[in-house]
Amino acid sequence: MKSILLTLVFWFCAMPAWAALDPAVVKQLGAEESDDKIAAIQQLGASANREAVKVLKALANDELYVAGDTIFLMDGDTAVDAVTGAALQPAPESYESITINNRIRAELTNAIASLRLLNPDREVRLAAARELQTNVGLEMVPILDRALARETDPEISSLLKLAQAQANLGSEDAAARLAAVHALADSASPNTRNLLLPLTRPDVEANEKIRQAAAAALKAIETQLAFGEFVGQIFSGLSLGSILLLAALGLAITYGVMGVINMAHGELLMVGAYATYFMQGLFRAYLPAYVDWYVVAAIPAAFLAAALVGMALERTVIRRLYGRPLETLLATWGLSLILIQAARVLFGAQNVELSNPGWMSGGVEVMAGLTLPWNRIVIIGFTLFVLALVWVLMQKTRLGLFVRAVTQNRAMAGCVGVPTARIDTLAFGLGAGIAGLGGVALSQIANVGPDMGQGYIVDSFMVVVLGGVGQLAGAVWAALGLGVVTKFLEGWAGAVIAKIVVLVIIIVIIQKRPQGLFALKGRFVEN
Amino acid sequence: MPAPFTLRFLNSLSRTGWIAMALFAVIALGVLPALHLFVPEGSPLHVSGFVITLGGKLMCYAIVAVAMDLIWGYAGILSLGHGIFFALGGYAFGMYLMREIGTDGSYHSHLPDFMVFLDWKELPWYWAGTDSILWAAVLVLVVPALLAYVFGYFAFRSRIKGVYFSIITQALTLATMLLFFRNETGFGGNNGFTDFRRILGYDITSPEMRVILFGLSALVLMLTLLLGRYLVTSKLGRVLAAIRDSESRVMFMGYNPLHYKLFIWTLSAMLCAVAGALYVPQVGIINPSEMSPANSIEIAIWVAVGGRGTLIGPVIGAALVNLSKSYFTVAFPDYWLFFLGALFVMVTLWMPEGVVGLWKRIRTRRAA
Repeated sequence: MKSILLTLVFWFCAMPAWAALDPAVVKQLGAEESDDKIAAIQQLGASANREAVKVLKALANDELYVAGDTIFLMDGDTAVDAVTGAALQPAPESYESITINNRIRAELTNAIASLRLLNPDREVRLAAARELQTNVGLEMVPILDRALARETDPEISSLLKLAQAQANLGSEDAAARLAAVHALADSASPNTRNLLLPLTRPDVEANEKIRQAAAAALKAIETQLAFGEFVGQIFSGLSLGSILLLAALGLAITYGVMGVINMAHGELLMVGAYATYFMQGLFRAYLPAYVDWYVVAAIPAAFLAAALVGMALERTVIRRLYGRPLETLLATWGLSLILIQAARVLFGAQNVELSNPGWMSGGVEVMAGLTLPWNRIVIIGFTLFVLALVWVLMQKTRLGLFVRAVTQNRAMAGCVGVPTARIDTLAFGLGAGIAGLGGVALSQIANVGPDMGQGYIVDSFMVVVLGGVGQLAGAVWAALGLGVVTKFLEGWAGAVIAKIVVLVIIIVIIQKRPQGLFALKGRFVEN
Repeated sequence: MPAPFTLRFLNSLSRTGWIAMALFAVIALGVLPALHLFVPEGSPLHVSGFVITLGGKLMCYAIVAVAMDLIWGYAGILSLGHGIFFALGGYAFGMYLMREIGTDGSYHSHLPDFMVFLDWKELPWYWAGTDSILWAAVLVLVVPALLAYVFGYFAFRSRIKGVYFSIITQALTLATMLLFFRNETGFGGNNGFTDFRRILGYDITSPEMRVILFGLSALVLMLTLLLGRYLVTSKLGRVLAAIRDSESRVMFMGYNPLHYKLFIWTLSAMLCAVAGALYVPQVGIINPSEMSPANSIEIAIWVAVGGRGTLIGPVIGAALVNLSKSYFTVAFPDYWLFFLGALFVMVTLWMPEGVVGLWKRIRTRRAA
């Protein structure tokens, strides 16, 4: 009911704007012969009349009817005269729909697209121009010329020029074809590459000059495409690296700096992700207007939640096991099992649904064929923010000073009055909180479920081990390096092989540099 | 002058040890099989097929636990990747079992069903010869041993140890699991091997076959315990314990820890592989999830619960943990992970010597 009302409202608004169409042409749509119909469709398409779109769309949907001399379409429950746009009172008793075949259908699509090119709404024109990128014929050239002459928007203009060039490739005139090849050379997309490829073959293109131009254009396009792909891989590598870094940065503090093997680290990520989920629920219930900003509110919440859980673990279990790394490993594994099961009991065993906020969806097109998604960009930015936060905390605050002092020499730090036990708890809480922040980022790109943390634990340890224990900067380089290398390997060999190769590379590197790639220089005494 | 081998061998177990071993042999090789085969099903003395299979499974786990104890309890190497060797042994024997299905599969092809499904025309090269049980037995021993030797050589040579070693073994098992999950690897992908029919032409589900597998598992478990006991009481065992306690000092005394560690590591992997090969026909399935890091780390908790460095402790631990797993996952499926997690924490915090240590403490207190 509602939808019918809405349609009616639209229809009444549209009424006065209905500019009359040429009755003879409209009538020809109902002709017996396909050729007549096509001629009429092309005329309507060339007429630059907005209402023609409506008529042609109705025809494409088999919803244009003929009753005697009148051609009409149904708007909701009302029969509307296709020529005048006036409601037919009373509605015709007997009528039949105009049948179309596939040839006519193809014509219709082009005609509708060309009509939409003249639509005053920019979005509609843009969409139409995009559609024409893959499907355009020589007969469209006049319409494209007209649309181009009227177009003021540069983005649509360039799209139209491309479409025009594509259309002109089929032209009889060699000069027009050459101009088209030159125009296409400026746009690097897999589509133009496919268009130009046949033109280098003598049996398709007789003109030597055009073949050469096409070959040159192809070469330029290939280079540009390869460059775009390369940049894209670097970007996705950096993106993966920043995720690895977020997952590993907390570990770099708890394991790298404090020497605690925390196998429950992945579950601290999970706590952060569930805190984000919880925030989303809160915003949906109480602040629906600001629901897009729940992620921002989740950042402190996730930090606190994970830090509290981490400090509780440290106080109850980990504290008793300092200096016994293998036992710590087993006990924290047990803790991780408990946390996983707790998440299952509290939130259910299924993954929970988190929606990306509006400002994180979509992407920016940097160059043809290379679109960088916003959520990845935001996560890279967020990683930088977290890195800066950790750096400031560790280097510029009293807490950071104490943590560094305790790591360097626990006994000496205790002697000069540093409360070492409390510093341990706080440092562990800091590492756990950072893991929580990683969880916020992960919740935006990966599934959030009780088992989500398990997948990251090995990767995180690899980052820390590769970077060198006790080194935050090492972890940064290791994470970004691993991310980029993984993405390039994935391009060649697929995800699983890439993962295996990366693990083998890490094992080999550790052979050569057991202290990690960026180990602190100095002499170490084995305990 | 060193004592003759027989004497040293006999001395490796105490008098009570030998009596317990004999008692176990009588029960596992005589009483239980007889009660399963010859007592009619209605009788209260009848031992059901379920009990026999469960027992066989537990003994396979126990072999793995003893193998783990040899490297963790005596050499101080905590492997979080022992599931790899167990699964590789299982896969190696599983290849034979798959070939033994013959043309009885759903596609009635000479190839295993999953290969028909992938539209493969012939067996990959590494399946060659797997229709022979002897070759399969060779694979069970050699493939895991080779992997362990190569990996161990590189790891121990660069003196990777402690937590580093544990984490790397965990990465190794994760990588191998991912590899086996791929269909193209040629081991059935996700589903692995299943639907086994027969061994050497005999029906795999028949009571006789069940008893034979049960008996074999018991035999291997006993041999493993004896071998382990012999090794840890020998000079090699002393050197290993010394390496565990202080590797640098052992090196200063002129020993090269590499060979000792490599020997016990490879042996442990082979024992695991044998356990895996015995396990697969009894449970009737092998798939890549056996290699998941969680499975491997569970082995460590069996050993920890029973008591590290005691050999008999891990056997008890494996049985206790797995029996309670069977009980919990049926009775309170939601609480099993809580229980297992708490077990990890409590054992490391309050029972560092496990059940055996607890028992010893009680006995000394009573004696005092």
